Amino acid sequence: MIPLSHVLTLSVILFVIGAAGFVLRRNIITVFMCIELMLNAANLAFIAFSRYLGTLDGQLFVFFVIVVAAAEAAVGLAIIIALYRNRETLNIEDLDSMKL
Amino acid sequence: MYAFFQRADYLAIKPEILVTMFALAILLFDFLLEKRDKWMNALVALIGLGFGAAQLTMFWSRLGEGAGYKGFGGAFTLDTFAVYAKLIIIIATGLVVLLSAKYLEVEGANFGEYYALLLFAAVGMMFLASGTDLIVLFIALELMALCEYVLTGFLRGSRRSNEAAVKFFLLGAFSSGLLLYGMSLLYGIAGSTNLAVISRRLAERPSPDPLSWVAMITLLAGIYFKVAAVPFHQWTPDAYEGAPTSITAFISVAPKVASFAFFIRILIEGLWPMRAEWQLLTIGVAVATMTLGNLAAITQTNIKRFFGYSTISHVGYLLLGFVAAADGNREGVTAIVIYLLVYAFMNLGAFGVIILMRRRDLIGDEIDDLSGLMTRAPGMAILMLIFLLSLAGIPPTAGFIGKYFIFLSLIETGHYTLAVLAVGYAVVALYYYFRIVVAMFMKKVPDTVPIAMGMGVRVALGVTLVMTLLIGIYPQPFIAMAREAVRPLFL
Repeated sequence: MIPLSHVLTLSVILFVIGAAGFVLRRNIITVFMCIELMLNAANLAFIAFSRYLGTLDGQLFVFFVIVVAAAEAAVGLAIIIALYRNRETLNIEDLDSMKL
Repeated sequence: MYAFFQRADYLAIKPEILVTMFALAILLFDFLLEKRDKWMNALVALIGLGFGAAQLTMFWSRLGEGAGYKGFGGAFTLDTFAVYAKLIIIIATGLVVLLSAKYLEVEGANFGEYYALLLFAAVGMMFLASGTDLIVLFIALELMALCEYVLTGFLRGSRRSNEAAVKFFLLGAFSSGLLLYGMSLLYGIAGSTNLAVISRRLAERPSPDPLSWVAMITLLAGIYFKVAAVPFHQWTPDAYEGAPTSITAFISVAPKVASFAFFIRILIEGLWPMRAEWQLLTIGVAVATMTLGNLAAITQTNIKRFFGYSTISHVGYLLLGFVAAADGNREGVTAIVIYLLVYAFMNLGAFGVIILMRRRDLIGDEIDDLSGLMTRAPGMAILMLIFLLSLAGIPPTAGFIGKYFIFLSLIETGHYTLAVLAVGYAVVALYYYFRIVVAMFMKKVPDTVPIAMGMGVRVALGVTLVMTLLIGIYPQPFIAMAREAVRPLFL
């Protein structure tokens, strides 16, 4: 059996890739995908803990997270499409109509 | 064998069920309405919220001395704290509905979905105030957040509204990711998603415990995002500026109340054994939040953006309550709870005046648009003055009571430096709130577009004015209510 620490390390790596992508990437869709990666990193950690601890709560949580992620994708893509219709751009740098 | 779904469990979530049903009813009812009758959606929303509030008041009188009811296998708690938070949430949502009816007509965005989404967001917030299980808390938080994203981008044709929604959505989703990762680690530590179990397991762990620190920091970072605390506040000014004004009013109040209720549950019920650690973190974040919020507000010219920074500074004060609470001072939490009530009324009142500045062909969201309000509409100017005095914390308004209890709890627990700093920033706040007063009372009248007031705004302004003055002049019953609300948390 794969030890818990291996799975958790993978989950941390996924999470860090997602967070780094969120900060560094400029395309809104890519940024959104990075967020999904972070959610899935958390899912992986839940599953690993659930298996290791022998309780089902973690696996249950993952199902809810998947549902939430799907809802978030629906809402998020709708918002991004509304933005694209008005501006014809998906670059975060162009979102500067409000001053800092 | 424990029966998971009992009749009493469903009775406990009756207010939420009622509000959900009315939200669904609005979606159907909307089809039947002619374009000019869309205001009736607001009426349905108000009736739904009224039913929810009536049910909650009944719960309040019935809960009495006990610890509250735990339903759904301990995942849902109905105690006086939850009822108190839910009542503020419902009242705030109701006031926003009143403010919205006329405003949406002016914006030409009078769709039924708007009210349905407001009610769905309110349901999310109500569950957030009651959740004592990580799963419930996460879903409730997301329900609230998803509705907020859509509402922020509700003006589909407006570039600023789109942009605000995208920024709010991306940063909000990112914060959910952080929060969720913290929750997964917490689950790994405790082996359960129940806050009470987590608290017990955390207490059993040996003292220097890096894993639980990481779990706590990621979880709290996620919550700091939601309440707009520095350094996770960047979305606030943009979302506030771009969102429809009625939604700016909504997201500056109701989600703050719900997020702080969530925050109190997590810190007091879940992470209580780690109070020394989160106290340190909170001191740093609170000081940074007050500093940035107060200093950045000084230079703003857009009034919605200005209120964004003003909200950030209020969040700083609210966080100070946790510093006192970590020393075992119950008054710290009481102070937060009172401040939330006060803040809801005074901030919505101020937004009630701002919303009137939006007229045909005039966006009206610059501070200069309020110039000469005293000569154009003296009643409005005086109302705004009272709300601004309250936001700055001047007696005899409600804002003073809120700040007073925060300072008192800090002094009782010996955090003198923090108390002095907070008072100092209150002076800075007075300066920037008075920039608006100067504009209203001393500047020349720039435009002559008349201000038309709808029935809804009239009622909303009346309620907020009465409450702002009442809590300021006769605070005893509200303080007693807040004490009663906090009691079950420390049993």
